[in-house]
Amino acid sequence: MHTTVNLWPLLGIAAVAAGFLLRANPVLVVIAACGVTGWAAHLPVMHLLESLGGAFIKTRNLPLILLLPLAAIGLLERFGLKEYAQSSIARIRSATTGRLLTVYLLAREVAAAFGLTSLGGHPNMVRPLVAPMAEAAAEARHGALSEPLRQRIRAMSAATDNVGLFFGEDVFVAFGAIVLMQTILKAEGLDVDPIRMALWGLPTAVTAFVIHAWNLRRLDRRIARESAGETAAERAR
Amino acid sequence: MIVSLDLFYVLVGLLFAACALMTVRDRTNPRRFTTALFWGLYALVYLLGERLPPAVAGVLMIAMALVAGCGLVKPGRADVLPDDARRAGAARLGNRLLVPALAIPVVTMLGAVVLKDVHVGARFLLDPKNLTLVSMGCGSIAALALACWLTRATPLQGVREARRLIDAMSWAVVLPHMLAVLGLLFSEAGVGKAVAHVATSYFPLDSRLLACAAFCVGMALFTVVMGNGFAAFPVIAGGIGIPVLVGVYRADPAVMAAIGMFSAYCGTLMTPMAANFNIVPAALLELSDKNAVIKAQVPTALPLLGANILLLYFLMYR
Repeated sequence: MHTTVNLWPLLGIAAVAAGFLLRANPVLVVIAACGVTGWAAHLPVMHLLESLGGAFIKTRNLPLILLLPLAAIGLLERFGLKEYAQSSIARIRSATTGRLLTVYLLAREVAAAFGLTSLGGHPNMVRPLVAPMAEAAAEARHGALSEPLRQRIRAMSAATDNVGLFFGEDVFVAFGAIVLMQTILKAEGLDVDPIRMALWGLPTAVTAFVIHAWNLRRLDRRIARESAGETAAERAR
Repeated sequence: MIVSLDLFYVLVGLLFAACALMTVRDRTNPRRFTTALFWGLYALVYLLGERLPPAVAGVLMIAMALVAGCGLVKPGRADVLPDDARRAGAARLGNRLLVPALAIPVVTMLGAVVLKDVHVGARFLLDPKNLTLVSMGCGSIAALALACWLTRATPLQGVREARRLIDAMSWAVVLPHMLAVLGLLFSEAGVGKAVAHVATSYFPLDSRLLACAAFCVGMALFTVVMGNGFAAFPVIAGGIGIPVLVGVYRADPAVMAAIGMFSAYCGTLMTPMAANFNIVPAALLELSDKNAVIKAQVPTALPLLGANILLLYFLMYR
């Protein structure tokens, strides 16, 4: 490697890291990082503004997946979708938060592996159904939850959706990541069959399921422990 | 095509414009004018789209970031039905409440699989380049129609409910969008090249295990910085994967690529830069700690990254 590489744009990364460490508002951090990167790469101000604006318009398809379902989901919430989800899970005796989320993890990962990535997601599944059910399963067994525990269960519901999606979709041959990998390897003169890449993702996909399911079991134990502790404390009072 | 992405851009633009209008009129919001300005500017981005000159759009984005960054975007008062009314609704409507909720994925699937090649005349029914998004848009509209029919509410109530949810998420709604812009700027400025240069020049890659570890950890770290595995893959595969793992240690490229991409995803689980997966859900679920989802994911991501290094080490010759 004898061509000189301009290392100054790395300051953009430093700006992001510093911003997040200082717990500054993330939107401000992003804008500051844009400014630092543009300055380090010697982009004239006008050029930088045009790059930012062009990219802002071009990537406006990104938030659609979050925004489009909101009206329908909000309306259903108004008329009791969460309460419905909670009462139906409370009727299943053997349900625990961990078991419920493990079932969801399996369903999400297998569906994503078959390319059905839209069966799930934070606005249309986790907020209205999965998280309320996970909370209700714990409440049905252990009574009222402390606020930190309730938030932990919600966060774990979102995490379960992410893990299932990420490690399922990459096993699906027609997924964008496989196409991207094939294109990049081809540009470097390596011809790789997409099916083999998808298959070699399987060991990691299985490992991801096992590790996350184990973490969900730990969550169950934590719920049981903290609830038992609270009841004991109440009795002592 | 007949149903294109532009239609949904206009719909989302109108939704944000409605948010802005409702916010201006909402006297309970302590920052109603600046909040309305924020959503109004975002509405312009969707309504005008490519007709905005790029430099103007850039100024607009910076203005939005400054308004949000100075804490001038606040939620208004949410008009929710009392608990008993919602419980009564759940009891009255029962299973039927699930129908509109499930209509979103079902219609998305139908559109993406069945209606994929349907033509009306010489034109595609659904935009083939943005098939999933357009199908999902149709699914959302179908779900809204079903929900209105089921609950006897008006579509305007649906817009009010959407505003309630957008208000609750606040500026987190635009964070993934702005991060994507930063990602594009990074690649324009050559950040990727600089990272690959540093990685290959300063890290020891002289044993097979170290090379595997450097590759997997590099993927994860670079994804933490960029917030996107797709940005990390070309850089680290080009910097370490292809020249060292395939070139020196004769690894199978398919194994290298598959495990490399999954290592990048371990990084995605641990970074606030992947805002649409990590920060937006925290806002959507009304968690007080914006990093709560990341904290829930680290105990899965780190062991999995370790497992990936070993899997790559043992499987790279098939």
